[in-house]
Amino acid sequence: MSETFATGDLVAASCRGHPVEGTYITDRDGMAVLKMKSGYNIGVDRAGCTLVKAAGAPATPAAPVVTQDDSLPALAIISTGGTIASRIDYRTGAVTSQFTADDILRAIPGLSSLARYRSEVLATILSENMTPRIWQDLARAIHAAVKDGAEGVIVTHGTDTMAYSASAVSYMLDTPVPVVFVGSQRSADRPSSDNIMNGLCAAAAARSDLGEVAVAMHATTNDDACAIHRATRVRKMHTSRRDAFQSLDMAPLGSVAYPSLAVTLSDEAVRRRETEPVLRDSLEERCGLLYFYPGMAPEMIRAYEGYKGLVIAGTGLGHVSTPCIGALKDLVDAGTTVVMTSQCLNGRVCDRVYDTGRDLLAAGVIEGEDMLPEAALTKMMWVLGNEKDQEKAGKMMTTNLKGEIRRRSDYGF
Amino acid sequence: MDFKALGLKAGIEIHQQLDTAEKLFCHCPTTLQKTEEHTGELFRYLHATVSEMGEIDRAAAEEMMDRRQFHYLTYPTTCLVENDEEPPAPMNREALGIALQVAKTFAMHPVEQVHTMRKLVIDGSNTSGFQRTALVAVGGVLPNGGEVETICLEEEAAQRVEGDTFSLDRLGIPLVEITTSPCMYTPEDVQTTAEYIGMVLRSTGMVKRGLGTIRQDINVSIRDGARVEIKGVQELDLIAEVVRREAQRQTNLLAIRDELRARQASVGEETYDVTPLFAGTQSSILKKAKMIRAFVLPGFAGLVGREIQPGRRLGSEISDYVKKCGLGGLFHTDELPAYGVTAEEVARLREHLGAADEDAVILVSGSKEKTACGVKQAQHRARLAFEGIPEETRKMLEEGSTAYMRPLPGAARMYPETDVFPVAITDALWEEVRVPELLSDLARRFESDLGLDPAVAHQVAYAESLPLFRAAIDAGIRPNLAARTILATLKELARDGIAVEKITDDDVLAVLLAVEREGVAKEAIPEIFTEIAAGTATAQAIESHAGGISDAELTAIARKIVAERMEFVREKGMRALGPLMGLVMDEARGKVDGKKVSEVLRSEISRVI
Repeated sequence: MSETFATGDLVAASCRGHPVEGTYITDRDGMAVLKMKSGYNIGVDRAGCTLVKAAGAPATPAAPVVTQDDSLPALAIISTGGTIASRIDYRTGAVTSQFTADDILRAIPGLSSLARYRSEVLATILSENMTPRIWQDLARAIHAAVKDGAEGVIVTHGTDTMAYSASAVSYMLDTPVPVVFVGSQRSADRPSSDNIMNGLCAAAAARSDLGEVAVAMHATTNDDACAIHRATRVRKMHTSRRDAFQSLDMAPLGSVAYPSLAVTLSDEAVRRRETEPVLRDSLEERCGLLYFYPGMAPEMIRAYEGYKGLVIAGTGLGHVSTPCIGALKDLVDAGTTVVMTSQCLNGRVCDRVYDTGRDLLAAGVIEGEDMLPEAALTKMMWVLGNEKDQEKAGKMMTTNLKGEIRRRSDYGF
Repeated sequence: MDFKALGLKAGIEIHQQLDTAEKLFCHCPTTLQKTEEHTGELFRYLHATVSEMGEIDRAAAEEMMDRRQFHYLTYPTTCLVENDEEPPAPMNREALGIALQVAKTFAMHPVEQVHTMRKLVIDGSNTSGFQRTALVAVGGVLPNGGEVETICLEEEAAQRVEGDTFSLDRLGIPLVEITTSPCMYTPEDVQTTAEYIGMVLRSTGMVKRGLGTIRQDINVSIRDGARVEIKGVQELDLIAEVVRREAQRQTNLLAIRDELRARQASVGEETYDVTPLFAGTQSSILKKAKMIRAFVLPGFAGLVGREIQPGRRLGSEISDYVKKCGLGGLFHTDELPAYGVTAEEVARLREHLGAADEDAVILVSGSKEKTACGVKQAQHRARLAFEGIPEETRKMLEEGSTAYMRPLPGAARMYPETDVFPVAITDALWEEVRVPELLSDLARRFESDLGLDPAVAHQVAYAESLPLFRAAIDAGIRPNLAARTILATLKELARDGIAVEKITDDDVLAVLLAVEREGVAKEAIPEIFTEIAAGTATAQAIESHAGGISDAELTAIARKIVAERMEFVREKGMRALGPLMGLVMDEARGKVDGKKVSEVLRSEISRVI
């Protein structure tokens, strides 16, 4: 039985017979990880480790007090987790979210000179673990903050599913003030992290004249500006680049220059105080999103029997194979609302051009216009959560609510 | 200087680029590009972050004092990893293998589980703001009995193009970093050790060669002094001089310390805005300054201007600290009046500040914020003068003196690179690692096995073209011919302005084989190379000289022709040369150079007249 050590213990060990000494950090893959005096970590055989000196109480440096300037506009920061608020977890060796909103203020010192903040930690999760339940909590928290006088709301969020959350909140909430989702692509622990610039740009956008739900992230790979994207038209289009977020089929709503933080909004952007704050937070969770592929077995579609709604990401103008159409018809006949979107992401669905398209319409599948598949899914949850009449719900799915459907397909924006 | 009496101790860190196919944490090639051929550009800011120990590293914090925008040049040979836009690929196993070879050569102990770390570097040379580095082995031995403490595998930084613009082609090339203990006690010892380690590295045959591919950092201290790290000494021959000058600098700074204490000198806390005093100044530097601040150093007179190293004074040391605030430097009264500052202005300044003759005054000029920062930095460095030698990272200046760069980094600059999994070095893997034959042994072997002259054997063993020489030997080329062609012929052609870089190793081998097997005269080699360099196809260049004749054959032909026309030759003397030239050329089937024919013929004629 080898000794157990606590993080911070000074330990003597053997590096293949050569004596070494270091601070015990953690166990990894059956080895003890020690930090040498030089700062390097090495993995050594646990059996050869002996305690030299137990760790004293860890010296936690006093966190600097976050000061607030009462003469500045009041913003709310609601944190859900993600990379923008991440730290290294030395137990697992992975980057995890465990920041409070106050930590964000400390990590991004410039925020204090832009506004005064109330902060709330709604969740500390990586965004792949987001659920419709948390979307609802988030919409309620934002609504409460706005009712409570927040002149803008910043939501920190992991980037993977930020577009889903932003669009879901956008349907649930009418907002008179900017609600700005922000995250970072490169972890907050690195000097090159985009969290500082994105955070400052999000705060500037949250102070601006905007009056809708948006995402603010790097516009290019440079540290020169953040783009402000409409929540229902934005998508993460790259696994890792800073400028992963792009507005599809429309120009961004605006931009925030860096480091000046000057905000520019397009004519398209809804302005502050154009609406009253309204919260309608019902969601129907029994909805699915299915990505069609050649040769897909109709059973894949039948798996959704009993679901209230299904969004298909079809091919091209909005198609699935002929064998799948029958299965979709059965779903529709059994009461499932089925909406067709396109894998192309750019462009509008039109099922009136080819036979399979016409057959889909005959089967009762609804053309999802130019909605993004994800924005169509969150919309469907909201629509079916608020409208029990299937026909009316179907009509709502093809009616623009929050900019997710555009009447015209612009060219040259 | 008696270095033993001074208690000189030195250690070295050698950084050597490896010649791997791909970079350490991405799959880009390790080739350098021409900066003018860059295809993209990006710019970023860097921010110091709190490391795992909850403190910002002091070196990183200082770099932050002057926040800058960094520009990066990208190429078709660089990718998103260099741009800090994609997580790193797993550690390059080829590079690890080379590091292990070197480790085994020094009889080191490999780490059982290698952890990649992030070392904070926020001077802009790494897009991420850190350098990835991993400790691979510990505890090796040097021939002088000293210790190789560690060998690390790390990424090369981007090279500075100018100012804050960096080129990403170099970023991520694998480096091994070899660190010795402080086990050297004379400047010469440091140089010899560096040479030896360099030779071991080159013995792997897997390191890059040429300027900038190997860098030495030297750690130096004297008794009562402090460890100072001098970065980036590129010329091996300067190492001893750098060590000598650092010993000198520390000795002189200690003498200044003792003098300051004896004088009961101090550092003035008060800062004065003296801008109005220089309202009508003729000094171009002060004239354009928005603000001029001053403070007094009571009892410092004469010591600020005292030389501590060729071209360096305590004033230069203080000035280096001031430059961290984005200022150009400072003025001090030990060097005034000068730079357009008049004696009257100095007198007025002293009077205004109430500074006595034994006091020195420091002037800092620039913007309001920068001068405030500059005064703080200058006061800080002046206080350090009472303690002796600050622990610093310094950069080498041209002749071997040094300037301050930043404080010595602490362990706080290191935290785990969580995106790279640890790599296990198993016993089986370690067993398989082959110790390369040292170049020094190889030279001796070339001497004994190939019959090469000792100097030639050494030269060929240490040459960058060693692989080509070996290929030639394997192909059955005579060692002396191969050595002479590779070491001398190509160099001579290059000196004559021939574009030898266009001649590939395969070309050289083909030509040498033609000499050995196809009767091409070895005298024709330079000419064939010249034709290849000019763009002639190799086979064609060889063919046109095939069946050429050797010097001996040419002499025989010339002798025969002279003998046949002896009467004509005796009558005409040297004037027979012209008419006979054509005859010899015909016989030699045009396979020889006309100049050569005339030389041989001339000597044959002179033999008989």
